[in-house]
Amino acid sequence: MAQGHQASGIVAGRLSEDEIASNFSDLHSAYAPHEAAVAADRCYFCYDAPCVTACPTDIDIPLFIRQIQVGQPEGAAQTILSQNILGGMCARVCPTETLCEEACVREAAEGKPVEIGRLQRYATDTLMARGTHPFTRADATGKRVAVVGAGPAGLSCAHRLAMLGHDVSLFETKGKPGGLNEFGIAAYKSTDDFAAREVDWLLKIGGITVETGKALGSGLSLDALKADYDAVFLSIGLAGVNALRAAGEDLSGVRDAVDFIEDLRQSDDLGSLPVGRNVVVIGGGMTAVDAAVQASLLGAQNVTIAYRRGRDAMPASPFEQDLAAAKGVKLMFNVMPVAILGDGAVTGIELEYTNVEDGRVKGTGETVTLVADQVFKAIGQTLDGAPDGVALEGGKIAVSGPGRTSVADVWAGGDCASGGEDLTVTAVAEGRDAAMDIHAKLTSC
Amino acid sequence: MADLTTDFLGIKSPNPFWLASAPPTDKEYNVRRAYEAGWGGVVWKTLGSEGPPVVNVNGPRYGAIYGADRRLLGLNNIELITDRPLQTNLEEITRVKKDYPDRALIVSLMVPCDEESWKAILPLVEETGADGIELNFGCPHGMAERGMGSAVGQVPEYIQMVTQWCKQYYSKPVIVKLTPNISDIRNPARAAFAGNADAVSLINTINSIISVDLDQMAPQPTLDGKGTHGGYCGPAVKPIALNMVAEIARDPETTGKPISAIGGVTTWRDAAEFMVMGAGNVQVCTAAMTYGFRVVEEMKAGLSQWMDEKGYTSTADFIGQAVPNVTDWKYLNLNYVSKAKIDQDACIKCGRCYAACEDTSHQAIWMKEDRVFEVNDAECVACNLCVEVCPVENCISMEAVTPGEVDPRTGKVVQGDYANWTTHPNNPSAVQAAE
Repeated sequence: MAQGHQASGIVAGRLSEDEIASNFSDLHSAYAPHEAAVAADRCYFCYDAPCVTACPTDIDIPLFIRQIQVGQPEGAAQTILSQNILGGMCARVCPTETLCEEACVREAAEGKPVEIGRLQRYATDTLMARGTHPFTRADATGKRVAVVGAGPAGLSCAHRLAMLGHDVSLFETKGKPGGLNEFGIAAYKSTDDFAAREVDWLLKIGGITVETGKALGSGLSLDALKADYDAVFLSIGLAGVNALRAAGEDLSGVRDAVDFIEDLRQSDDLGSLPVGRNVVVIGGGMTAVDAAVQASLLGAQNVTIAYRRGRDAMPASPFEQDLAAAKGVKLMFNVMPVAILGDGAVTGIELEYTNVEDGRVKGTGETVTLVADQVFKAIGQTLDGAPDGVALEGGKIAVSGPGRTSVADVWAGGDCASGGEDLTVTAVAEGRDAAMDIHAKLTSC
Repeated sequence: MADLTTDFLGIKSPNPFWLASAPPTDKEYNVRRAYEAGWGGVVWKTLGSEGPPVVNVNGPRYGAIYGADRRLLGLNNIELITDRPLQTNLEEITRVKKDYPDRALIVSLMVPCDEESWKAILPLVEETGADGIELNFGCPHGMAERGMGSAVGQVPEYIQMVTQWCKQYYSKPVIVKLTPNISDIRNPARAAFAGNADAVSLINTINSIISVDLDQMAPQPTLDGKGTHGGYCGPAVKPIALNMVAEIARDPETTGKPISAIGGVTTWRDAAEFMVMGAGNVQVCTAAMTYGFRVVEEMKAGLSQWMDEKGYTSTADFIGQAVPNVTDWKYLNLNYVSKAKIDQDACIKCGRCYAACEDTSHQAIWMKEDRVFEVNDAECVACNLCVEVCPVENCISMEAVTPGEVDPRTGKVVQGDYANWTTHPNNPSAVQAAE
């Protein structure tokens, strides 16, 4: 029977332990101090710096880089974390190539931006390695706030509220906090259990009680929370997934990409994770890339991303596209699934070529069939479990200003709320800003 | 390939790059390797009087300041003159000179400031066959506490006196090495030439404390908890050295006199700048200490290429060429008006020019929509700060306003003639034009 890459079906152990360890090591290695100093020296300390404008959390990037340059990475971290308490994770997962580093004047000048993300990681890692928490709580206000969902938005909101002296109950439906930082996101971007370590470090601020296994409709209700707390912040993410609506969607071997990624992130033995020999991922976003690349890193022989529009429209950035290609993933554009083929288990997928006319995808009638024993669906997540009575907008909880919902004393932020890109850094900004608004409201009378 | 041969005081060397008296020239082993590496000449590390040699501290002896990527910009040292016996040095000098007749070999000397001491050592040096001597009147640390080095160089009368003794008891060229730790470099230079020196060399190191150890609360280099001031050198001191060389080169009392320039020479360009400013050659130390002897290859190749590009066939063609253009501030043309101009295609929109001008200069740069930076001619005095802080070379330039046009800053028509402060109406001591 064939081994490794060539083993048929969805099987474990395609690669050796060493190969797995190497494949899932840090995507970008951490800077050594001298490397950081050299990288920091490249920053021009721009006036009204474009990188800051491009950062959803408005980190004073030139200042923190200057602090690294003068030998005080801990001070740099303080600058970062005062704006973005998850600065450590954002340094790892932010698509910097479309945010701060795209705006860097050195990107314009020479195509080589200051490596802001890696510098941010250097600063935050240095500070976090001390094991202490850099912020202290203000005097207790006696106010209590419920935060529903312990992903980036919820954690950010809870931390800011706790810092301002409020007591926070942080509810999480899963077994541990962290949200997509813990359960989503490619493993090579958050190595050594960083997400969990960051949450532990964040909670050292005090005043935050985490209750897992609690969700709206499952032990929690918005009415009860409103009655028990002075304010409520909803950061419940997008728990639903879009359906493919193609024949054969229920065949064995067809899965949601987010489930695959979650299994992978929670596994303590990646070598034991089964993966197909011929894997097709439907979609074009970060989730599609994360699933495809990791399938390839687990030892799948052929991994294809099938995206229904052209390369330019792909939500995954050019950096992510290149990463996928470098890891052996084939990118197919202008193809959409017609049918998943197989009898009980997947054996292939039929794709139809597309044209985009006036922004709409249309099949050309021509099809191609790929051999597949595993198909991942990564065609977007949807809001699931929003409480009744809260107005929605475009499938998300409608918010105005700093996360105010249609219901008094209820705020929302992160992927579940309208507005902003579905990024960790955006969620952190929304959680923080809602916390400031909640604080203003709670202390105004 | 241009001919780099130089004739300095009748001493021929295949190129103008000499190693300065310093640790790299402390012994035969180094000097032979330096010649093999291509250095045109060597000034042997300073010899002292016969008898028990001086004792150096074990170290650390050096401190440094850095630019980006730990590029060494400035070095200071607390090392004294040679700590090897005089006889050993003299024997080595003799052997080396015999083996390298085409290279310059100068012996640096520092003995007590009395005639007997000089009278004793000079014949011994003469016997080595070395091409000349350099009087170390410059070192600011250690030896100065004993009345030598810069302690002599700071008293023009002593310089003249010792130089005269040397000319009396030694037949070959005498170069006087000057200390920059003095308010007006022209005085010691005049004294040296008054004593019949053949040349001056400058600068020796600048008195300095290069940094402080904030844990030990002591100057660096820190030796068992204490530190002392040392001699500062390297690329950072070049501007100070250039000015001092120029001051001597344009001083009516010393103009045209031979100068060997020292102070931060790191590249061919540094050497060319010193030479057009009046130096007949240059002496190098920190660059060799930072990069090794091989660095001279770039210097030679670079100077040669530049000479070819400019059509110079000999170093004599360009030595001193910039001296006539060094003038006093009062003779600068007050009618010359220029304005900064930002090349929008080259601009990368960092805004450093704006921050510099708005915060610290004349509020003459506008920041417009989409980070477009433009100069407001009505405020621009052409100070050049924006040019200096701009990270893009040639992005901002100074463009002269054509005479006849109105300067929007002053509202006055720009004059084509030359006018300076000496005749300016605001100058209380302005020279009145004849009635």
